[in-house]
Amino acid sequence: MLRILRQIHHTGLLSESPTELEAVGREARRIIDERYSGSLAIRQVDAGSCNACELEIHALNNPYYAIERFGFHFVASPRHADILLVTGPVTRHMEAALLRTWDAVPAPKWLVAAGDCAACGGEFGASYACRGGLSGLLPVDASIPGCPPAPADLLRGLLSLIRRG
Amino acid sequence: MSMHFIWLNAFLGHARRNGVRLRKPRRQPLEPALLYEVEAAGWGRVAATARRFGMRWADTWAVETEEGFLIQSLLEYRGDYLLLRTGQPLQGAVLESQAPAFPAALRVERAMRDLFGIDFSGEVDRRRWIRHQAWTAQCHPLRKEFPAHGSGESPVPPDLDYPFLQARGTGVVEIPVGPVHAGIIEPGHFRFQAVGEQILNLEERLGYLHRGVEKLAEGRDAISLARLAGRVSGDTTVAHAWAACQAMERAAGVQVPDRALFLRALLAERERIANHLGDIGAVCNDVGFAFAMSQFGRLRELWLRMNGRLFGHRLLMDRVVPGGVTIAPDQDAIDDLRQEAHWLRGELETLVRIVENTPSLQDRLIGTGILDRETALELGTLGYVARASGVRHDLRAESPCAPYDRLRVTVPVHETGDVADRLRVRADEINASLDLILQILNQLPEGPERAGWTPPPAGAEGLGLLEGWRGEVVAYVRFGGEGKVDRYHPRDPSVLNWPALERLVRGNIVPDFPVCNKSVNGSYAGHDL
Repeated sequence: MLRILRQIHHTGLLSESPTELEAVGREARRIIDERYSGSLAIRQVDAGSCNACELEIHALNNPYYAIERFGFHFVASPRHADILLVTGPVTRHMEAALLRTWDAVPAPKWLVAAGDCAACGGEFGASYACRGGLSGLLPVDASIPGCPPAPADLLRGLLSLIRRG
Repeated sequence: MSMHFIWLNAFLGHARRNGVRLRKPRRQPLEPALLYEVEAAGWGRVAATARRFGMRWADTWAVETEEGFLIQSLLEYRGDYLLLRTGQPLQGAVLESQAPAFPAALRVERAMRDLFGIDFSGEVDRRRWIRHQAWTAQCHPLRKEFPAHGSGESPVPPDLDYPFLQARGTGVVEIPVGPVHAGIIEPGHFRFQAVGEQILNLEERLGYLHRGVEKLAEGRDAISLARLAGRVSGDTTVAHAWAACQAMERAAGVQVPDRALFLRALLAERERIANHLGDIGAVCNDVGFAFAMSQFGRLRELWLRMNGRLFGHRLLMDRVVPGGVTIAPDQDAIDDLRQEAHWLRGELETLVRIVENTPSLQDRLIGTGILDRETALELGTLGYVARASGVRHDLRAESPCAPYDRLRVTVPVHETGDVADRLRVRADEINASLDLILQILNQLPEGPERAGWTPPPAGAEGLGLLEGWRGEVVAYVRFGGEGKVDRYHPRDPSVLNWPALERLVRGNIVPDFPVCNKSVNGSYAGHDL
């Protein structure tokens, strides 16, 4: 236990300041506090991603980004979500599950396409196996390009979404 | 070649006595594998012979040519690869199943029935596998006649009538999980049969991420195929791109410069370390030890930032290209990498000591999700999952491609096969990879980072084989006209490790499934293609 405490003390606080990322996060925090009672819940769905987008979305929770301090929370159930964050070109085998997940998110809600695949089909495009992205299937509120988008890009994308209201 | 294939004559003798005739064609296009042709009638028997001989099944795949199907199985013994090939007509293709000899071949054969319409007789399980509801049983998407754009009907109905194995009796409950899971993870369905908390049986239902990778590969040029290969499984982008490039380079007879080979290995070891760092934290987090999640998450983030700063991409996508690499580290970069390796070794020492000496954590990991050695061998399990169960298999040591043949490779092995050992193997592998990185930096040859690309003639084919972070990665490429790809078939190690997960969770409690699953960490995308 002492070793654990020593390591925590030695590591210190890593969450970044006063970088540009921090400024983005602070603005998100301000908007979320003003308009959304302090928190916005995100449910992520992989609809055909190669898993690279998931790795970078995961990174938002690491101690450098620690996205929760800005008011964004990843939740386990779509019923608890305000934002559905979708990755992948929407495989036809995931179509039904994705539509059901979207239906399970209570309104008002936002749909965000994270990564090139969800935004426009990316490397996979439209085929017998993929729809070629989210648009045309569901109303997309924001797209975050990148293959995959880096954590800072994801945070900026989320900020631009909530800025518009 | 002197030490290689010294067992071959003994194997051929066994096959002959079992009534299987194997013929070695004069042209051997699929090195390092040795190609043998088998008569179709002996397809099942040759597998049975190979199994008794102690060979490991690695993959089976089909190639459609104008004359008919070429169907090939890749087998390995003592680090040597044997590729068995047989032919079948385009209509009414039926072969004996190899799954009775090699259980892991079953899903691959079921997928071939779905995707090519090639039938296998003597299979214990004839259910569909990759096919859900996006196309009918009469359609076979990987047939040349099937249009890549498909029928376009939308939305595709949910796949509700898959006949899962059922358990019955007092107190037996069925728990369906997925495809959408409660975290930031890939989709797949798990069907548990449980009594109370104890798992009687787990059945996986995959295929939700089927993106048609093999179909999309057709008609691409070499550079474009490497990009696609880098997205077979995003966490394995280096290894899949390298394997695909290896296959294409062998097909085209392109010599990759030495410096490029060393840099590819540098990238592959960096990929291994990044994934191990992330997963060690995640495994600990799955039993509530959040401390390790933040600490290893910190190390992973710094590691990825170095990738971004020196190589231009945090996950190293599109750095491996036909003929070489797109990175050109200067002396400052090499100094930084060397320093970073020493730094990580120090950090790791502290953290691994904490992980090993926290009884409340070890209590959850020791004895959980045991895969015994026999089962690992029976299923052909790969990578750290096999090595935690006492199976010492690593291509970098046993069948090394350049530059590993010029490096000293340590292969950590543990024996118990539980979650704790899989974690231990992975921590040890980080140190082994750091050692490799330092060797690579010290021996890095001068010269160009990339050779020119010369498209090969139609019909040229090649095989890629290397040790990705999850284990053996296979890639097969065949070219058509104008330097365009006619067939690309990647085999992620997850194909062989998913069946191991079903076995190792039996008798465990349902709440331990996440930690068992994470300790194996099969790729859904890499499996579903």
